[in-house]
Amino acid sequence: MPLMEVKNLTKRFGGLIAVNDVSFSVKEGEILSIIGPNGAGKSTLFKLISSFLPATSGQVIYQGEDITSMSPHLVARKGIIRTFQETTIFRNMTVIDNVVVAHHLQSKASLLGFFFGSPAARSDEARFRESASEILDYLGLQDVKEMKASTLPHGYLRALGIAIGMAARPKLLLLDEPFAGMNSDETAHAMQMVRGIRDRGVTVLLVEHDMSAVMNISDRIVVLNFGKKIAEGEPAAIQSDEAVIEAYLGREDEEVGY
Amino acid sequence: MKLKKIALAALFLLVYLVVIPLAFKSKTYFLGVLTTASVLSVISAGVWLIFYIGRINMGQGGFALVGGYASAILISRLGCSFWTSLVGAIIVTVLISILIGMPLLRLKGVYFSMITLSLTETARLAAQCFPALTNGPKGILNLPLPGALTIGGVTLIPDFATVDKHLALYYLGAFLLIVVFAVLYRIVNSRLGWLFRSLQQNEDLASSFGVNVPRLRVIALAICAAFAGVGGAFFVTMQQSIYPASFTFQDSTNFLLYCFLGGLGSVWGAIVGTFVLFISFEMLQGFNQYQPLIYSLIMIGLMLWLPNGLMSLKLPWLRNRFFCVPDPQDEGKEER
Ligand SMILES: Nc1ncnc2c1ncn2[C@@H]1O[C@H](COP(=O)(O)OP(=O)(O)O)[C@@H](O)[C@H]1O
Ligand SMILES: [Mg+2]
Repeated sequence: MPLMEVKNLTKRFGGLIAVNDVSFSVKEGEILSIIGPNGAGKSTLFKLISSFLPATSGQVIYQGEDITSMSPHLVARKGIIRTFQETTIFRNMTVIDNVVVAHHLQSKASLLGFFFGSPAARSDEARFRESASEILDYLGLQDVKEMKASTLPHGYLRALGIAIGMAARPKLLLLDEPFAGMNSDETAHAMQMVRGIRDRGVTVLLVEHDMSAVMNISDRIVVLNFGKKIAEGEPAAIQSDEAVIEAYLGREDEEVGY
Repeated sequence: MKLKKIALAALFLLVYLVVIPLAFKSKTYFLGVLTTASVLSVISAGVWLIFYIGRINMGQGGFALVGGYASAILISRLGCSFWTSLVGAIIVTVLISILIGMPLLRLKGVYFSMITLSLTETARLAAQCFPALTNGPKGILNLPLPGALTIGGVTLIPDFATVDKHLALYYLGAFLLIVVFAVLYRIVNSRLGWLFRSLQQNEDLASSFGVNVPRLRVIALAICAAFAGVGGAFFVTMQQSIYPASFTFQDSTNFLLYCFLGGLGSVWGAIVGTFVLFISFEMLQGFNQYQPLIYSLIMIGLMLWLPNGLMSLKLPWLRNRFFCVPDPQDEGKEER
């Protein structure tokens, strides 16, 4: 059984069909990339899967269960965690506090327990801090832990976004353009981290513009164009796919990057 | 630093609980003003908490009115003691806040504020339209002072009729203020506070890692309403009466201003703002028709001079670490 199945998913914004009858499935433990030109509907697809937007029609089946119209926090509770394309962080908190808060789902203490500082609440607190610290070390953010997030150099922001996602212990992690704005060294390092995340047992769904990175890291690729899926397969097959070359690679050379 | 903090708190408590009552024992008018400031601070605390989750509550006067009526009705119609009615007022305001919060808090920020804008007026009209319960526009008069509070045969608080009434009310107001702000401080500094701050800064990011954002908003509103309930009930007993106009739209906006000018970055902002503004308004009584003008000028001056509120005043012995949010400087610049 696939980990997740997207079935005939459609999203309309007025007259515009941002995601048009898209179907594919995600296997446990793979890195599946969604590519396509700007405006192809990739971010919208992520928002549909994570329930941040209601679908117009179609279904998302996760571990055999229809999660299409669940609230976003319930979808997160099932282990589907999205990161944001924009650098979305808690700007007024320190880096480590950003990640500590994101451990929310692992808390054993109740809200009243937090209020009265029960033993469970205190042990939660300590556990989260330790785990946050470990995640930040892993993502190369160990030196900026105590910095206020709003003063963080730009290069670290995406890593912090991923750290927040990791803190929620995802089973399926949705990364929206995690390598955007990185140079090739940084991208290589970040790719290593994404592989590492997968090796920790997290299935990764990736939207990314950097083609060489995508071809390198992905087990399989789904190609969208104007909201429609035009191809699906392994990187080598996608690179030689007529429809992809025509609709996407051929027309937008500069964006492809090679 | 911790020591300094404790010393500072002790000093405030000393002034608030010993020096002021001794100094103004015979000046009952001024003692009354201070008592009212304590109660209004308690009500403002709720508005402050809603600011803290990144929303604006323009209807706190409505909740206070509901709390006041709940208490007055329990006392006058059911013969409850003030103490029971205080609990009753909290229960009623919390229930109402949950009922209206569940649908309302799903709205985006601006729409939520706009609807809360009408809550005070709704509460006033409701008070007028159900005379069987509320005695209509005439209000409920001649409420008794709080009686003795006895638990298990031990008299914790004496009957207010047997002691100096003004002093007793002052201490009751002070007690409620201390309890409410201890609760608020604890909320803000526990993980609940973390979650509230995450809502304030980015609700989408919070729900992406599983925070039930709508539920937390309702919890915040329920706490906010509970504070209004406490304040409303006490206010009514202090005045020994309640009318549909006991809390008006003007009061709802005042609570916003108290918090705003006191400072949204610190729990104490609500107290400081309320005391400074309410007392200065009362002291301007002598200026008759110029009172609102001078008051407005003071407020505009404060906004220009201290855009982040009175609590952002940098006093050498009152460092930033006294605040619970590290840097009030960019508090206002958050994207909502
Ligand atoms: N909230 C929205 N309302 C209206 N149109 C939208 C909205 N979000 C995205 N779109 C449109 O949907 C299309 C797909 O957008 P998006 O999913 O962000 O593309 P991608 O991430 O592939 O670049 C674009 O044409 C965009 O303008
Ligand atoms: Mg996008």
